Amino acid sequence: MTAKVVTVTSGKGGVGKTTAVANLAVALASRGQKVVCIDGDIGLRNLDVVLGLENRIVYDLVDVVEGRCRVRQAMIRDKRLPELHLIPAAQTRDKTAVSPSDMVRLCDELRPELDWVLIDSPAGIERGFKNAIAAADRVIVMTNPEVSAVRDADRVVGLLEAEEKGPAALVINRVNPAMIRRGEMLSVDDVIDLLAIDLIGIVPEDDGVIVASNRGQPLALDVRSKAGQAFQNIARRLLGEQVPFMDLDSPSLLQRLLGRK
Amino acid sequence: MDETPVAIQIKGIRDSLLVTLGGGAWPDLETALVKSIDDRPAFFQGARLVLDVAGQVLHVTELSALRDVLSERGISLWAVLSESPVTEQTAQNLGLATRLSKPGRPEVREAGDEMPGDAALWVQQTVRSGQKIAYKGNLVVLGDVNPGAEILAGGSVVVWGRLRGVVHAGAQGDEKAVVCALELSPTQLRIAGEIAISPARKGKPQPEIARLKDGRLEAEPWQA
Repeated sequence: MTAKVVTVTSGKGGVGKTTAVANLAVALASRGQKVVCIDGDIGLRNLDVVLGLENRIVYDLVDVVEGRCRVRQAMIRDKRLPELHLIPAAQTRDKTAVSPSDMVRLCDELRPELDWVLIDSPAGIERGFKNAIAAADRVIVMTNPEVSAVRDADRVVGLLEAEEKGPAALVINRVNPAMIRRGEMLSVDDVIDLLAIDLIGIVPEDDGVIVASNRGQPLALDVRSKAGQAFQNIARRLLGEQVPFMDLDSPSLLQRLLGRK
Repeated sequence: MDETPVAIQIKGIRDSLLVTLGGGAWPDLETALVKSIDDRPAFFQGARLVLDVAGQVLHVTELSALRDVLSERGISLWAVLSESPVTEQTAQNLGLATRLSKPGRPEVREAGDEMPGDAALWVQQTVRSGQKIAYKGNLVVLGDVNPGAEILAGGSVVVWGRLRGVVHAGAQGDEKAVVCALELSPTQLRIAGEIAISPARKGKPQPEIARLKDGRLEAEPWQA
C-alpha cells in the first residue's frame, strides 16, 4: 500500500481548496481508505478549523520538519473517522519555515502505511505553493466559474506544466446553475474551454458550506447536501470509478418525491 | 588541496550576485556551485542570484532542482542568462528573467547577424496566463494564447487558435508586420509603435488578419 499524494491548489484565494481537502479526506476515509491530510497554509491555517480539530493541536507540520517531534505525534485523529488524520500547519510561523524537499521527505515517510496524502495548498504561486506541489503525484486545480479565478487557475496550470507535474485535474466549485442560465456566470464549458484540462468535479454553490465550516463538520458527511455529494463523487473518481456528473439543474430526488419543484 | 577544475566567477551587480559558470558537465557544475555556496553560507544568505550558464542546455528538472537547492540556502534565483534557446525557454517557463535589461524594454533577442526574413519560431502549445514568448523573427503558435499571456515578435505573428492575450508584432519597429489568428480577440494588440484594444465582437469568430494601415491598426477577415 503506497499512498498517492494529491495536492489541491488554485492560485486564487477563497475558491474552496480547504473545503475540498476536508471533504475529500472525509469522503475517502468513509470508504475505508487510510488518509492523512496536511495543511500547507503555514501562518494562516484553516484545515484544522474546517475539520473541527483545532482544539486538539499539540504539534504541527513545522515541529515535524524541524525535528521537535515525530510524524506520528503531529498526526491528529479525526473525531468521527479513525482512518483519517490531520497534520496541521503552524500558525505562528510563515511559509519559509518549510522547503519543497522537506515536504518530499515527509511524504516519503508517510507513503508506506497510507492510501492517500492530501495536501491543502495556500493561495498564491510562491513558496507555499511550491512546497505544496513538491511531493504531489497528482494535482487538483480548483477554480470558481468567475473570470479572475479562471485567470489565476490558468497561470497555475501553466506553472504545473512548466514543472512537468503531470496533467492537472480540474474542479469547478461554487457553481450557480440559475446564474449560468441567466448568462450572469461563466458556464462549465466556458471554463473548460480556457483551461483545457480534464474535469474531475463540479460542485454547486451551497450555503451549507459556511455552516459546516463553522461547526467543523464537513458536508461530505451529510447525505442531503448536494455539495457534499459532489465531493463524494470526486472521491469516487479519484478511486477510479466512472461517476457521471450530477445534473445541478434538477431538484433533488427528495424534493421531487415530496412534490416540490 | 583539491583544485576544482570548474570555473565559477562571482561578482556583485546592482542588487544581485552574478555567478558565471564555465564549461563542463552540468552535474559537476552544479556540485561545484553548491560547494562554493556551502563554503561561505553567510555571504550568500539572502542573496538574489543571476546565473550565467553560457552554452549549457538545461531542461525543466535541472533548472527547477537548482532553484530549489538555492532556495533552501536562502538564495533567490531570479534570472538565468544563456546562449541556448532551450535554456532560455526553460527559464521563461519557470518565471525567471533571461535578460538584465532595464524595465520597460521588451525582451527580444538582440540582432547579431541579420536573421533571414522568413525565419519563424514554432510554438506548439497553448500559451497560458503569465507565460511570455519572445522572438526576434516571426512567431507561429499552434494553440491558444490565453488572457494574461504575452507574445512578442520582431516579425509577424500567426496564432492557429484563439488569440486572447497581449500580442506585439513588429516589436523592433517593423510596421509591415501582421497579426493573424483563427480568433483575433487580444486584450491588447500592438504592431510596431501602435496599440489597440479589441472591440467587443458579435457572432461566430472568424480568422482575421490585423495590420497597420496609414498609422492605424485595422483587422479584416482573412481572404486567401
